Amino acid sequence: MTMHDIYLLSPELSLAGLATLVLLVDLIVKRKSYLFVLTTVGLVVPLGFTLALLGSLDGAGVVENQGVLRDTLVVDKFALFFKLLLISIIAIVSLLSIDYVRRFEQFQTEFVVLLLYSATGMMLMASTKELITIYIALELSALPVAALAAFMRDGRSAESGMKFLILSGISSALLLYGMVLVFGLTGATQLDDIAERIATLAINTDEPFGSYALLMGVVLMVAGFGFKITAFPFQMRAPDVYEGAPTPVTAFLSVASKAAGFAVILRVFYSAFGIEELSVEWSAIFAVLAALSMTIGNLVAIAQRSMKRLLAYSTIAHAGYIMVGLAAVSTRAGSGDSSLGISAVLFYLSGYAVMNLAVFSAVIAISNRINSDAISDFAGMARRAPYLSAVLAFGLVSLTGIPPTVGFIAKVYVFGAAIDAGLEWLVIIGVLNSVIAAYYYLRIVKSMYLSEPLSTDPIESGTPLRLAMLVTSAGILLFGLYPTGLLNFVKSAAQALLSTS
Amino acid sequence: MEFEGNGLLTLVVFLPLAGALGIALFIKRDKEVRYMAGAIALAELILSLMVFTTYDLSEGGVQLVDRTSQWIPIESFKVEYYLGVDGLSAPLVLLTGLLGFAAVYASWSVKTRVREYFVWLLVLQTAVMGVFTALDFILFFLMWELEMIPMFFLISIWGSGRREYSAMKFLIFTFLGSAFMLVGILALFYSTGTFDMILLPDAIAQTELIAPAGIIFGLIFTAFAVKLPVWPVHTWLPDAHTDAPTAVSVMLAGVLLKMGGYGMIRVSAGMFPEVIVDAAIVLAALGVVNVIYGAIITIRQTDLKRLVAYSSISHMGYVLIGISSVAGVGGLVSSTGLTGAAMQMFTHGTITGLMFLVVGLTYEKVHTRSIPELGGLSARMPVVAVAFLIAGLASLGLPGTSGFVSEILIFLGAFPVYGWFTGVAVFGVVLTAGYILWMAQRTMFGPTIDRFSNVRDASRMEMVPLAVLIGSIILVGIYPSFVSDMFRDGVAGIVADIQRSGALAMVLP
Repeated sequence: MTMHDIYLLSPELSLAGLATLVLLVDLIVKRKSYLFVLTTVGLVVPLGFTLALLGSLDGAGVVENQGVLRDTLVVDKFALFFKLLLISIIAIVSLLSIDYVRRFEQFQTEFVVLLLYSATGMMLMASTKELITIYIALELSALPVAALAAFMRDGRSAESGMKFLILSGISSALLLYGMVLVFGLTGATQLDDIAERIATLAINTDEPFGSYALLMGVVLMVAGFGFKITAFPFQMRAPDVYEGAPTPVTAFLSVASKAAGFAVILRVFYSAFGIEELSVEWSAIFAVLAALSMTIGNLVAIAQRSMKRLLAYSTIAHAGYIMVGLAAVSTRAGSGDSSLGISAVLFYLSGYAVMNLAVFSAVIAISNRINSDAISDFAGMARRAPYLSAVLAFGLVSLTGIPPTVGFIAKVYVFGAAIDAGLEWLVIIGVLNSVIAAYYYLRIVKSMYLSEPLSTDPIESGTPLRLAMLVTSAGILLFGLYPTGLLNFVKSAAQALLSTS
Repeated sequence: MEFEGNGLLTLVVFLPLAGALGIALFIKRDKEVRYMAGAIALAELILSLMVFTTYDLSEGGVQLVDRTSQWIPIESFKVEYYLGVDGLSAPLVLLTGLLGFAAVYASWSVKTRVREYFVWLLVLQTAVMGVFTALDFILFFLMWELEMIPMFFLISIWGSGRREYSAMKFLIFTFLGSAFMLVGILALFYSTGTFDMILLPDAIAQTELIAPAGIIFGLIFTAFAVKLPVWPVHTWLPDAHTDAPTAVSVMLAGVLLKMGGYGMIRVSAGMFPEVIVDAAIVLAALGVVNVIYGAIITIRQTDLKRLVAYSSISHMGYVLIGISSVAGVGGLVSSTGLTGAAMQMFTHGTITGLMFLVVGLTYEKVHTRSIPELGGLSARMPVVAVAFLIAGLASLGLPGTSGFVSEILIFLGAFPVYGWFTGVAVFGVVLTAGYILWMAQRTMFGPTIDRFSNVRDASRMEMVPLAVLIGSIILVGIYPSFVSDMFRDGVAGIVADIQRSGALAMVLP
């Protein structure tokens, strides 16, 4: 490991260092809220390193003198995009946690430290280009979450943690099995090498993916990653985990875990299986999964009574929308812009992070006070907490995909990419789903603004939550009205992925 | 960032929104909120008149363009900020200004959550103005969707009866329609590479679309059909109208339905000349169903508002029939039918707007909308009764009112093309006369009822919107070319495209 390697890895290293520092300072500091300030402010260090790396990219969006740690990691604009996104998410989530952790008698600091370690794993996931490293990064990101999910130490939380642990174990096993098959066929764990070997293998056009072994490997890998992004039919854990876990952890899981999962999927499928014969095949798999995830997620969400469960099903549906962009593979692009599908995924992930965190901030702020997640308890909330309700309503409108919000642009962009790739049927299913979603999202808005409140006590929220809500709702509006900057950024990140693969 | 244009349309579109933000952030007292909203609505009316009068008819084409390509200049998703008016949209901008003004003044007596109410009403006006002036397809779609949220709140908070059900039904229907439209818009963009609604007709003619033109047409048409509304996707309208507050009914019937008709002419007819010719007979048939079915249902209504709502369905059928005349006869298309359809949108906007205002006033004074309970009101409220009669007579197409002009144009245009359909549709006028006169007789005339002896006539404030709308109905009735010349110019290009497309030869016997 040279100095240059350390520099290239500096965002991850500094984030892990920050986590360790917070853990140590915890021993000497009494007021735990200082530690959250330290965390939030400390995030400036990994952020600074990431921005510095962004500055040193060359024209193709890659840092020169690649080959970090024997070529297992890559630092390109694509990876740095995800690092920026994850740092922003963790900053918001740590703001959300400050008030929330007061309910724990002990281990308040450990809560945020585990979040930071998990985020470190996720940042590594975005950079990996080698199967074993992917596996390690994935485990690093998942294990702290299992502890976090069980943090409340009540029955449901324990169930949540246990379910997360077991199912993430199963998904890792499936993933490993898939990786082994791919390795067996190609003799390589490096994504670029895999791509090279596959190209030289005689493709048997009668069999899907050229050979059943590769088909099996790919399907198992999709299954393994499917758990990460809560795609149907691997979504079963999500509602129980989401409901039982502390709400900031739920927020973190629904946006960060999803972003990292998609980062790995994009990297693996575009780097290792990027040739046209294969991409058409896996595009079909993702198209079907996208249609099912959207439909199942939205339909089941209608019947939910708990806010957290509803958001869990909504996150499954949104995984479906994002997979629409994944299915829109470059090789079919009619417009000739081969990065359109990837940039649609990246844009949707950023937009989803902003709007979902806005919704979660408001939900946390409200349920902190009323000690309930039931949707019926949000009735008439607009009179008790006008600003919180406005943020929640705005976030829900954005999740529905109605202008002037980032959700609208993200929806149009991802469906546009799919149309460009000739997936009209999938887009029709997608838009019909957005109508179903409108029903259950706006029903909450309606109940907040129309129903009689259950009590007249006004609901106050602390400064950190207010800050989180301000930032996220400003993001919804800004990216909804003027998405150009972000669109340009995701586009060059997408092109970097294509050029490194 | 280069910006082309003088900003007049930008001001017209965004002034209400700016006013809404101002009210939301800075104004607390209900009275001040009303005056602020009133001032903005008045300014908006003046601005829309300015748009209408500055439009230079002798020059034609798209004018008053406000444009910058720097909004989202991404190669594979190139969205422009592009506003402009032509002969088709300039009168509709005026209509929106008129009814927006009427709606704000008709809301003077709103008592609950006044600030929120006016904020949403103004946002709604921005969205509708945006739909009529946007010339970039995504901007158009954005404005189209933006309109849903204010309507949803306006109906569900300030409505009556089953308002929450009606609001949700309105939202789901509209959203479903626009979902299909989004697919169509994207399919057009990824075939032609442009969202520019002025360039699209030519671009579509010259490129091979990624999906059959008929399918894209159908997807986009669905959204307009829901909005107009066309039978059988009309069911949201009576519910929404019945439960909406007066001013919102005015906006809904007056301008929101016209978004559907406008879209049909500009997009369905303007961009798909060959498909619209093939589909014309279906449109004519649907139009006749709308006219006759709507009218028959209307006769059976006992609730004043529901009655006017169903009559809107009937009247919007004429728009469809007018559009169907593009199938032409003997290989020749005349612009009469399309002009009539556009005129019908304008006149129905003012007439039904007036009708809902009167019904709203009646309800406010008498506290019932049930026709059997009413009667003899003309003695108590002469001004309202006169306005009511004028609206009714205009609605049934009495010569000298604007309703006559638009219907006669539609019949003249469509009769040579689809004689039978038009013949049946003309019978709708008889039905209209039936329900309008019967309703007037049962509510305003007849013996006075003691219960209503303390009912007061419209106040000065309430007369303002009545006067504005009556004025425009009479003006267009006696001097129709005031707007019809502009509409004729606006549809001329579309008619020429259809003539050129060569589709006509195929449908001729």
